[in-house]
Amino acid sequence: MSDAPRFKNPVVRWIDHRMPIFTFLHHQQVYPTPKNLNYWWNFGSLAGIMLVIMIVTGIVLAMHYTPHATMAFDSVEGIMRDVNYGWLIRYIHMNGGSMFFIVVYIHIFRGLYYGSYKPPRELLWLLGIVILLLMMATAFMGYVLPWGQMSFWGATVITNLFSAIPLIGNSIVTWLWGGFSVDNPTLNRFFSLHYLLPFVIFAVVFLHLWALHHHKSNNPLGIDIKGPQDTIPFHPYYTVKDYVGIGVFLIFFSVFVFFAPNFFGEPDNYIKANPLQTPPHIVPEWYFLPYYAILRATPDNFIGSWVTSWLGFILVPAKLAGVILMFGSLLVLALQPWLDRSPVRSARFRPVYKWFFWIILLDAIVLGYCGANPPEGAYVVIARIATAWYFFHFVILMPLLSVFERPDPLPHSISEPVLKGGGFAPAPARAKPMEKA
Amino acid sequence: MLATGAIGAFGVAAVAWPFIDQMNPAQDVLALATSEVDISKVAVGQSITVLWRGHPVFIRHRTPEEIKAAEDVNLADLKDPQPDSDRVKKGKEEWLIVVGVCTHLGCIPLGQKQGDPRGEFGGWFCPCHGSQYDTSGRIRKGPAPANLAVPPYDFEDSKVKIG
Amino acid sequence: MRRIILAGCAAVALLAWGGATSAQDEQAQCVADIAAKNPLQHQEWDFNSIFGTYDEAALKRGFQVYKEVCSACHSMNLLAYRHLAGIGLKEDEIKAVAASVQVTDGPNDEGEMFERPGVPSDKFHPPFPNEQAARAANNGALPPDLSLMAKAREGGPDHIVAILTGYGDPPACLKMNEGMNYNHAFAAGGFQIAMPAPLSDGAVTYADGTQATLPQMAHDVAYFLSWASEPNLDTRHKMGVGVILFLIVLTGCFYAVYRKVWSDVH
Repeated sequence: MSDAPRFKNPVVRWIDHRMPIFTFLHHQQVYPTPKNLNYWWNFGSLAGIMLVIMIVTGIVLAMHYTPHATMAFDSVEGIMRDVNYGWLIRYIHMNGGSMFFIVVYIHIFRGLYYGSYKPPRELLWLLGIVILLLMMATAFMGYVLPWGQMSFWGATVITNLFSAIPLIGNSIVTWLWGGFSVDNPTLNRFFSLHYLLPFVIFAVVFLHLWALHHHKSNNPLGIDIKGPQDTIPFHPYYTVKDYVGIGVFLIFFSVFVFFAPNFFGEPDNYIKANPLQTPPHIVPEWYFLPYYAILRATPDNFIGSWVTSWLGFILVPAKLAGVILMFGSLLVLALQPWLDRSPVRSARFRPVYKWFFWIILLDAIVLGYCGANPPEGAYVVIARIATAWYFFHFVILMPLLSVFERPDPLPHSISEPVLKGGGFAPAPARAKPMEKA
Repeated sequence: MLATGAIGAFGVAAVAWPFIDQMNPAQDVLALATSEVDISKVAVGQSITVLWRGHPVFIRHRTPEEIKAAEDVNLADLKDPQPDSDRVKKGKEEWLIVVGVCTHLGCIPLGQKQGDPRGEFGGWFCPCHGSQYDTSGRIRKGPAPANLAVPPYDFEDSKVKIG
Repeated sequence: MRRIILAGCAAVALLAWGGATSAQDEQAQCVADIAAKNPLQHQEWDFNSIFGTYDEAALKRGFQVYKEVCSACHSMNLLAYRHLAGIGLKEDEIKAVAASVQVTDGPNDEGEMFERPGVPSDKFHPPFPNEQAARAANNGALPPDLSLMAKAREGGPDHIVAILTGYGDPPACLKMNEGMNYNHAFAAGGFQIAMPAPLSDGAVTYADGTQATLPQMAHDVAYFLSWASEPNLDTRHKMGVGVILFLIVLTGCFYAVYRKVWSDVH
């Protein structure tokens, strides 16, 4: 249903006839969006804004930064002290990283709650996971660039993980380092890749939006769009709503940039990297803490002991098990569309799942808290329980819920609850399969 | 709605400014924008070259003959007419301070060292395309369009502060 | 017979091992007790509030303490003399401070390095030319650079004040290492610090006449070090108030437009 718009301006018509950019933009404006989206749907556009902010501030910082081990730290302080507004741009970029992850994590949990990953949006979800992975790689490398103590030692710990890979692990680590330890070659290549990956993210975001636009947005009720009565054009309704969201978000962002710029950071990173002195507690940035907790949760030879009793394999050391579990945590998240087969999308109508959603959210926070503390005493026990629960939730619980949960009755359509004053259809014994639009 | 747009536009401009201004010279670059040079040891007839803002600056302690030659030039003969008095400080006419970058395409003219060619006019000779400057640093022959630039400077005791 | 000897050896070994462990445990307990008895004291820092700015008088006093006491061992490599305009020094005062040190420059036309008086664009003159010289002069310990000290430690300026005022006699249970000093704020080093107490009452005669007690000097130098770590705080706070007020107004406008635009949807 592409009715080409007629443009009045002859220059616009000339361009559009040859390259239909204006028609494309027009379609984005009139793009039918469910009329019942709540503010949790603002976080996608906020994530896009954050990507642009990070790229712009990053490119500007790169005009003044020197990616050499002997000069990196001082060049960052030069930005803070001598470059006009350098402190502002640096603090925006530094806190922007944290903001980007806050926004994206909320965006992901929104997807988990409302079933936005369910058919036909599985690929949209997978592209999102790819974006998350790229963001994690970008953030990890970016944190190394100031070449502080945490930069250096965080890089050392995480790159060392690859040595857990059997046979080729050590060669891979040497290859990553470009030497025999994290040093200047590592810094230089991390700078190059840190500059590159955001543009890769940009491209994947484009694919993400393309997949989104094909089947349109999900909505809080989780039911399909039935017709034009269920939708409103994106512009002006959601553009103006996005502006409100951006305004509120920028206030939140500004509070940190201007009044608590080092809240998310570690004091140790204001010390120049020293290969001969390890900080007492090596901690990654907060957005990596849950994965850090999972990584350190595995007891020695944990998988090995289970596997040997079955298949007589070689023992898997705790390091490798931790790495496997850490990447596994992202894998099970990616597999959600296939693990959760419930025909009901939105948790609004899934009374049992709703509870488990809040528990898994709490679990993620608990994991983060464990990751912030040294792996000793009670923290170890809690981290193990939380890790076990994480995998139990995604791998065992979700498939079981798909079969055994009795969902609440769904409304007939998006506009129906409003037009008919909240009346819902009578409850079937089991939820009917989702109707295709 | 219009008011919101206007406020928003102001906000965008206010945000844009730091990103534009950060490309202007940083404080440490500005701090090095002035050079102080001790000229007490530069004898009459001697020339020294100093670095200022990344460029060579020629400081020549002119002989009375060089000063007279510079002052006697008919301005109508000059491609870029400028009296010598405009290019030196009153009371310190023996000091000629010019930026040592040829105004043609940027090479560094010869004439500072002993044995360097100085061209027909006793000043400087640019080896790249043959521009010749006189004892006031003015272009007399060759493709260069303008006289050698005179930087801002002030004398302080035995020193000159350039920039 | 052999069994008795073996048992005896085992008993001795166990006792020795047990004895050694209990000595370590004793030290650990001692350290834990000191930590528990000395929680971090929070000072009043007027610059920490939303409208907070640095007080120039305190900055100048703090700089005086650094210059006359701390700079003997501690470098501040990230600061240049021209940055002192930020603590309220005028151009001629900055030139005087810079000129009071000799800076290595060169090579000259003979290929030699030479000494010259400092200029404002020079970085703060370090007390030692390199790390090895610094260690050699300080029994192997390296006095850390202070440019970022207020941001590089948990607790920031509070921690700095705590260290400077934390010297005293060690408790009986703590075994002091050779050449170390007891300081009840230095948890990172087991309450033993290589630096001897740098300040005492009257160590400095303040130019503005303030009485130079130990707590006063500790406060002032921590104040100065906070500025050194974060020289743009004044601008940052001012800009922050303006930006957030602007955003509140703008968001309010956006919200009004939003309500108007959406008024025709259900």
